[in-house]
Amino acid sequence: MSTAAIAHPKSFWREYVFSTDHKTIAKQYLSTGIFMALVGGLLAYVMRMQLAYPGQAIPGYGTIDPQSYNAVVTMHGTIMIFWVAMPILLAAFGNFLIPLMIGAADMAFPRLNMLSYWIFFLSTVVLLASFFVPGGAAAGGWTSYPPLSGSAAYSGGQWGVTLWLLAVAMEFAAFLMGGINFITTAINNRAPGMKLFDMPLMVWMQLGASIIFLFSVGPLIAGAVMLILDRVAATGFYNPATGGDPILFQHLFWFFGHPEVYVILLPGFGAVAEVLPVFSRKPFFGYRMMVYATIITGVLSFIVWAHHQFIAGIDPRLATAFSITTILISVPIAVMTFAFIATLYKGSIELKTPMLFALGTLVVFLLGGVTGIHLGTAATDIYLHDTYFVVAHFHYTLIPPVFFGFFAAWYYWFPKMFGRMLNEGLGKAHFWLTFIFMHVTFIPMFLLGFGGHHRRISNPQFFEAMQGPEAERLQIIATAGAIGILLSQIPFVVNSVLSLLRGAKAPANPWQANTLEWTVPSPPPHGNFETVPQVYRGPYEYSVPDRVDDWFPQDAKV
Amino acid sequence: MENWLPEAASSYAADLDGLLIFISAIVGVWFILAEAVLIGFAVAFRRKPGQKAAYLPGRSLRAMSWVLVPCVVVLGFDLVIDGVAAPIWDKVKIEIPESDEIVRITAVQWAWKFTLPGPDGELGSDDDVDVMSELHVPVGKVVEFELTANDVIHSLFVPQLRLKQDAIPGRVIKGWFEATKTGTFEIVCAEICGLGHTIMKGKMVIESEEAYSDWVKSKMPEAAASIPAEERNEG
Ligand code: HEM
Ligand SMILES: [Cu+2]
Repeated sequence: MSTAAIAHPKSFWREYVFSTDHKTIAKQYLSTGIFMALVGGLLAYVMRMQLAYPGQAIPGYGTIDPQSYNAVVTMHGTIMIFWVAMPILLAAFGNFLIPLMIGAADMAFPRLNMLSYWIFFLSTVVLLASFFVPGGAAAGGWTSYPPLSGSAAYSGGQWGVTLWLLAVAMEFAAFLMGGINFITTAINNRAPGMKLFDMPLMVWMQLGASIIFLFSVGPLIAGAVMLILDRVAATGFYNPATGGDPILFQHLFWFFGHPEVYVILLPGFGAVAEVLPVFSRKPFFGYRMMVYATIITGVLSFIVWAHHQFIAGIDPRLATAFSITTILISVPIAVMTFAFIATLYKGSIELKTPMLFALGTLVVFLLGGVTGIHLGTAATDIYLHDTYFVVAHFHYTLIPPVFFGFFAAWYYWFPKMFGRMLNEGLGKAHFWLTFIFMHVTFIPMFLLGFGGHHRRISNPQFFEAMQGPEAERLQIIATAGAIGILLSQIPFVVNSVLSLLRGAKAPANPWQANTLEWTVPSPPPHGNFETVPQVYRGPYEYSVPDRVDDWFPQDAKV
Repeated sequence: MENWLPEAASSYAADLDGLLIFISAIVGVWFILAEAVLIGFAVAFRRKPGQKAAYLPGRSLRAMSWVLVPCVVVLGFDLVIDGVAAPIWDKVKIEIPESDEIVRITAVQWAWKFTLPGPDGELGSDDDVDVMSELHVPVGKVVEFELTANDVIHSLFVPQLRLKQDAIPGRVIKGWFEATKTGTFEIVCAEICGLGHTIMKGKMVIESEEAYSDWVKSKMPEAAASIPAEERNEG
């Protein structure tokens, strides 16, 4: 410990609670995100039990009425996207990694960073409080379309949706601050010698995600403000009776909502992009191509939104145009996927847990990606829209970054974050169980979707299309899978807790990786780098010919 | 896949199902290929003692073409899919054929209301007849509908007809279908619409023309059915 730190001991509050250290803030986001994942997961359990055994008491919850079911669906989606994916992938890993990876002492605006977390924390409290208000939590779907969400008369409670909107707006304010910080830090605070094209892909992906978020969130905030006004001041922006238009909200929502998918996907892919080269001891194949694909994805993500509205009453002549842009976006995504695969070619691959999760991300994502073509094609979307095919599809695209990408990052950077090594055996068990149950849960949903099972209904057996032993069997399999996924997280929790308490001490660079975060002690001290590092090369110089070591740190002088 | 879909009972169902199978075949092949290469590489290039990985940064265009060429092929397939799909979309959603019957469908929390044009054959006149929850249509005839909603957004979904269209308050959206089989099918609401979303359903009975006209007659008010349209309008 440096003398300066001893001379100015920080109080507990400044050190762990109102800290401006990006690493502490990252851990705060991380723990809040993991806690919310538990909430979101338990809500998924409630839904799955109700769908497989409608009307029966759910162990640990009791029976669920239709209004509560709607609230559970809504809060599950909302939590998983905004309170799990965003805080963990973007806020936690972005905060932890950006300064370390670019050789900076902290974020550009540490106090803004702290403010960002605490606003996020408040938004979390507001959201959770909304479960307990009269009328219950918001129940109009995570998309909260008006007029349903526009007045208490339509959707039940007065407070649920209002608090939901308030929480979402606060959270977006928090992430906007975070995003500005990320962008400024990555642009301004890079260590000497680190050119833009020497940044690790994770930093690019975080930067890309932050920029996409920044540009897309404005319309949604406007949309949310109008919706709040409709609710509390009876303004009627979305009310046709007073000249408003409900479709307006859908445009504003999806102008944000679709780019948001990439805000989540990119950091997950960023983790995969860091892990693959290290565990195959190979340079990332086509680094610049990957960066350009990221940028193109970002740009295209702004012109696809109406594919969520093919049959929502937009002019049908627009559909084919949006089909084409939607399907076009599969091209840069294909570039990324194929570049990942090419990185493995002729590698020296070691299937450690982070690598298993990184490969798992890709294996699972491919199915989400290809089923996107079914839905992006307007004509086939007619039948599939708002069915369980969609539910299965977006879980296959979101769970890879949110679960698998997160776990790849967790197992890879855990030694750096906490200074301890994780147990490999438990890690592998965690991977294989999660991977298998993922398919057990969601493959049946594709099939139910083909059968015409529509979304967001609490009792499928009320409908002919979902009656009969075959559909019931699929429901039960999916529910068993969901319980399996939840139980599969036990090895993860046990592993993490035991390793934190008495795991082997982690060396600075356990994976023999090149990027700058591995040049500092594990965990890194306050201020990160003892001396400002000098960068000489890109991040992925593995197995360079004529070198003895198969890695070549970014800051190593030749 | 056809086994998983409900029976097809509309004139455009075959086009839509065919397209679904066509897309599934194309992306299925890509999916299997990509998974095979991905998993194959992960297995084939496992670490072997004393063997170093190849240094392949993929910087030259030549090297990148290993990735870019397959992507161009993907783009080609994408455009083929769009090319095949566009006319089908146009047929289902844009080009409404000359219709034999017309009905107004209004979604309300949480039921379907059908408005028949009444004896004068025109919607919007005061001899219109409302029926709740159950709609009969003649088989083999083009039925045009005007879809709207009274309160919140709903979505008209008849799986067997491969028909889905959101119903928006304040808008009237036109659409059509032609049933090709007799039978009774459920009309469900595919868009979350509040507390009763999960019990919102109606019935569509597709029947012969005779049975259909009997049903229509049974719905007409006694008096109205016998008086010519012109006279009634004066009254
Ligand atoms: C344990 C794993 C999970 C299970 C079993 C699960 C299950 C489900 C089910 C059954 C539904 C549809 C309910 C309905 O339409 O009635 C649903 C909706 C949804 N899920 Fe999940 N889910 C899981 C994890 C996730 C994750 C990780 C995410 C995102 C990062 C996510 C995001 C969503 C969203 C956005 C919705 C839509 C909510 C809405 O319709 O408003 N889920 N989930
Ligand atoms: Cu409805």
